[in-house]
Amino acid sequence: MIFASVGSVLPFDRFVRAIDDWAGANPDHQVFIQIGEGKFEPTHAKWVRIMPHDEYRRRLAGCSLFVAHVGMGSILQGLEERKQMILLPRHRDLGEHTTDHQLHTASRFAGMPGLQIVDDVPSLQAAISASVAAPMQTEKALSPFASQELLNNVRGFLRPILEKRHKTILAAR
Amino acid sequence: MLNESVAACANADAPNGIVGKPICAGDAMHGDPVKAPRILAIASGGGHWVQLRRLMPAFDGFEVAFVSTFDHYATEVAGHRYYVVPNASRLALGGFLPGARRALRILWSERPDAIITTGAAPMLIFLLLGRVLGARTLWLDSLANPERMSSSGRLARRIAHQTVSQWPEVAEAEHVAYWGSVL
Repeated sequence: MIFASVGSVLPFDRFVRAIDDWAGANPDHQVFIQIGEGKFEPTHAKWVRIMPHDEYRRRLAGCSLFVAHVGMGSILQGLEERKQMILLPRHRDLGEHTTDHQLHTASRFAGMPGLQIVDDVPSLQAAISASVAAPMQTEKALSPFASQELLNNVRGFLRPILEKRHKTILAAR
Repeated sequence: MLNESVAACANADAPNGIVGKPICAGDAMHGDPVKAPRILAIASGGGHWVQLRRLMPAFDGFEVAFVSTFDHYATEVAGHRYYVVPNASRLALGGFLPGARRALRILWSERPDAIITTGAAPMLIFLLLGRVLGARTLWLDSLANPERMSSSGRLARRIAHQTVSQWPEVAEAEHVAYWGSVL
C-alpha cells in the first residue's frame, strides 16, 4: 500500500492529481491519499479528505511507501515509522503555501537515507515507480522524543517553577 | 463558542508529582499547595503539534493540559485536559477578539505556571495573555524554518520570556537562543 498525504492544513491539488494519475497507470498497486481541502477528487486512488490522527498513524505504519509534501509533521512521523519517503515541496508562486519555507526545509533534508525530495510531477511519478520496484534503504527509526539537548534545556527552563513549588511544600510541612 | 473536551484523569501512570502522588485533574487536591504545577502545552495542528508531542518527557513533574486546532487530537492526549481553538492563520483583526476571549477562558480555568508552544500564529495570544497572568512562556520556532525565523516567531521574541530556534545559524542571525532540536 502506498500512502500519500498533503498534510492536515492546506490543499495541494498538483500533488493529488500526480498521485492519482500514477495510480491510474499502475492499477496493480493500492494507493490511498489524504487530500485535505483540495478541489480535485481522485478517480483511481482511494482517498479521504482528512482522517483522525490515530487512523493516520495506522495507515502510515502499514504502508510500504509514504509520499507527502515537505511538511515537518510528515517528515518526523515518516522517520518515526521508518518509512521510505518521497516528498514534493509546495511552491508559494503556485499558491500552495504562504511562504517558500518547504523549499528551504527540502534543501536541509535532501540526501537523508530513505528520503527522496523531488521538485516536479514527472520526477515524483518516476520516483514512485522506482521505489516500488526497488525500495530505498532506510535508517533505524527515529525516537519519538526530541534530542536530549533540547529536552534538558526545556527542563532547565521549567526547573525554577518546580523548585519554587518544592519550597512551598517544605514550608507547609 | 468554546469547543472544549475535558477528559477525566484516569491515568494512574501519569508522571508523579514532586510529592509522589498521581496527578489528576479536578481531584481532591484542588487548592492544596502541594498539587503539581501546571503546563499549558499548545500548538496548531499538523507539524507544530507533532513537534510539541516530542517534548513530552521534559514535562515530568507537571500537570499538562493541551491546546490545538483539531477535535480528533483528543484521543492522543487521553488523561489530559484538551482544548480546541480555531486555526486563524494570522492575528487578523476579525479573529483577534474572539481568539483572545477564548484564550482568556482557557487560561482562566487552567491557571498555567508555564506555557510552551511550537507555534503557530494562533498561539501568540496565549503567550501574551498568559504572561500577563503570570506564566513563564516559551516559543520554540518550528524546525520547518531553517533559513529564517517565522514571522510569528519574530513577534514571539517580543512577547515570550524565551524564544528559541531549532537551527543554530537562524538563532544567531535572529538573536535568539539555540537549545537543540526536536530531531
